[in-house]
Amino acid sequence: MTTRMPPVDVVLVGFGWTASIMGQELTDAGLEVLALERGRWRETIPDFAPNHIQDELRYAVRHALFERPARETLTFRNSIEETALPMRHLGSFFPAAGVGGAGVHWNGQTWRFLPTDFKIRSHTEERYGKKFIPADMTIQDWGVTYEELEPHYDRFDYLCGISGLAGNVQGVLQDGGNPFEGPRARGYPLPPLARSFGTMKFDAAARDAGFRPFPCPAANTSRPYKNPLGVQMGECTFCGYCEWFACGNYSKSSPQTTILPVLLRKKNFSYRTQCDVTRVNLDASGKRATGVTYVDGEGKAFEQPAEIVILCAFAQHNVHLLLLSGIGKPYDPVSGTGVTGRNYAYQITSSVDVFQDDIVNPFMGAGALGQAIDEFNGDNFDHGPEGFVGGGYIALWTTGGRPILQQTAVPEGTAKWGSDWKSAIAENYLKSLKIATHGSVMSYRDAYLDLDPTYRDVYGNPLLRMTFDYHDNELRMSRFLTDKAALIGKAMKPRSIKLDYREGHYSIVPYQTTHNTGGAAMGSDPRTSVVNRYLQSWDVPNVFVLGSSVFPQNAGYNPTGTVAALAYWAADAIKTRYVKSQGPLVQA
Amino acid sequence: MDGLDRRTLLRLAAAGGLAASASPWWLEVARGAQTRPAWSSARLAASEQAHAFFTPAEVAWTDAAVDRLIPADASGPGAVQAGVTVFIDRQLAGRFGRATDWYMGGPWAKGSEQQGYQLQRTPAELYRAAIAAVDAHCRGRFADKTFAALSAADRDQVLHELEDDKLQLAGVSGKAFFDMLWQNTKEGFFADPMYEGNRGFIGWKLIGFPGPRYNYVSEIRHFGEPYRWPTVGVLGRDPTRRLAPT
Repeated sequence: MTTRMPPVDVVLVGFGWTASIMGQELTDAGLEVLALERGRWRETIPDFAPNHIQDELRYAVRHALFERPARETLTFRNSIEETALPMRHLGSFFPAAGVGGAGVHWNGQTWRFLPTDFKIRSHTEERYGKKFIPADMTIQDWGVTYEELEPHYDRFDYLCGISGLAGNVQGVLQDGGNPFEGPRARGYPLPPLARSFGTMKFDAAARDAGFRPFPCPAANTSRPYKNPLGVQMGECTFCGYCEWFACGNYSKSSPQTTILPVLLRKKNFSYRTQCDVTRVNLDASGKRATGVTYVDGEGKAFEQPAEIVILCAFAQHNVHLLLLSGIGKPYDPVSGTGVTGRNYAYQITSSVDVFQDDIVNPFMGAGALGQAIDEFNGDNFDHGPEGFVGGGYIALWTTGGRPILQQTAVPEGTAKWGSDWKSAIAENYLKSLKIATHGSVMSYRDAYLDLDPTYRDVYGNPLLRMTFDYHDNELRMSRFLTDKAALIGKAMKPRSIKLDYREGHYSIVPYQTTHNTGGAAMGSDPRTSVVNRYLQSWDVPNVFVLGSSVFPQNAGYNPTGTVAALAYWAADAIKTRYVKSQGPLVQA
Repeated sequence: MDGLDRRTLLRLAAAGGLAASASPWWLEVARGAQTRPAWSSARLAASEQAHAFFTPAEVAWTDAAVDRLIPADASGPGAVQAGVTVFIDRQLAGRFGRATDWYMGGPWAKGSEQQGYQLQRTPAELYRAAIAAVDAHCRGRFADKTFAALSAADRDQVLHELEDDKLQLAGVSGKAFFDMLWQNTKEGFFADPMYEGNRGFIGWKLIGFPGPRYNYVSEIRHFGEPYRWPTVGVLGRDPTRRLAPT
């Protein structure tokens, strides 16, 4: 039996970054907002307190802050010819469960995408010709421009207290910043974090190699900071436990450290935890959502009526819910028609290990303490001679020296275990540096999400099925980036370097990145997108979809900055336009 | 441990400097003269005696294996001295060993390497089956000796064959088992000592990791200088403190 709950104006599915932003904005507009979170309530103290959070085994290795595949997972295959099998434990990516979402366990690497990233198809065709884009590559313009998103990027920068050095303020290039970034209205709210020895070695070597390095923008506060909502953050202590952990020092921007202290005091906001939303309910016409159905921690089912339904769950979970609810025509890779599940993408990473003789104390770090170059990201370089689309940044991050999974590099030729391995790890732990490449992944006709025909979740619903592999374009691009990273590594004049190219098939096993995108792509054509430029469903206009599930393809930067900017952009459209007209904001 | 022969002990003793005393506790343990370090509490002694998952034969097997994966040698004590076997025992008895958080619904298929773990067995069940299968294999191949009774060189050989998927074991994947064993061995060597491995901070001291020290605001600015403060664990500077049993 399903219990019907009192109706609300807006129901948010999930309670991470995008839901917190939406909640704050829409309650400001006077709407009554409810967030439904599948995980538990979590707050800085006691849940993230420094007396227990710095535990690599519990958090990084055993995944205490993440979703549990026993409750929710997906099936995976590399190609349409294979049978997908369940991801039985987490590996390649780490979605969260719990209030704050992945905004609790991220590193805080906060980028803006390039202006050309938002119009990648039209820009690429214009600069290199239509034939430059492979026939099976289904990239598309976003339907929104960098210029439109800039004020919303700015709001997130100031909400978080981003530590960084601007490279382009209103078109004027700034010394020491990223010369390739899109123009920003003003500089960062805080100066860059103190530089580590490793980042300064990268900086010098990158300059020697002819590049223009800069400090990476960080959602780790370099100074005490009070944000525009009046929420106070403390100075980062470089404890080295950011990503896969939570900050007990109020120094890493998260919903808990930037928005929730204000949002939770509002009378027109409420939330419920341990609520698994299983359906968006539609009326008989199929063109209007009436609310959602969810199951609570005791297994009881509830119907939550709402005027607006906003999907704020992790990327693929939004797509799963759309497919289960019948919103948008499911994508069919054979005919190339349909939209829901189309254009799933990811990112492609590689690294160069540098073994040198100075002690660099890798354990002193912060999640976004890094130095990068952007010469080979987006369309910052001439792709003509290279023959691939996309790019990425090259960076040296000093995020920590945790010994089980993180600071583990040993030189080429070292045995994998035994005395040889042991003496190599002892010799190199304090003296090795890792240069990382962080590359884009384009979308393709055969990379998509749909419902699995065999495997079911705890509610008997089909699991989501992911069909994905790296394509030649990405493997060649990643090799190109890795070779450039090696130039910087060599310029450090080390004892040795080790190149770790990303090769072969995509694997669900080793951790790579939690930058999963697509499946509910945004765009200006309903035949190739699930949501319009305001993240509003074409088919069910009182449903909005947030998060990286709306990226039509992935860029060469960490996604959170763009995810948050899009949330502010969509919130603005709902506040200023949708509540007045309550219909499609763009005519199909 | 026969992994640490008389010659190695003499070389270690001659090398000196590895430990302050002439007879460090881990060497005593290695010689079999002492069963636990001097700082060990009664609580630790009790926990050492009672394995939560392993049988005595499985304890001997695991000691013999992790002793080769991270040996006691000129660079310092190894996995056995760090308590890795006890660590793995506790992990297998808990959520990890039971695959509590894993999706364990069928149907079951082998899948590709890229599709990851597809065994019906939980980690604890995998250890139990694989240890028995390796012992059965060793008995047939090495004059009725179990794996734990083999020479160091023969154990290395068997471990390499597991790693390279060259051993045909009855009903169990040697490669999947080796990968898990090696991962768990590193965990036991480098996890916080409250989980009963990394005893006396052996793993962290080997590499120079000072533990979760929390604040480096001043030190991060001192490029190239060794960090000098003592090692700490999540529960403080005493590495014998344990989590309360759950």
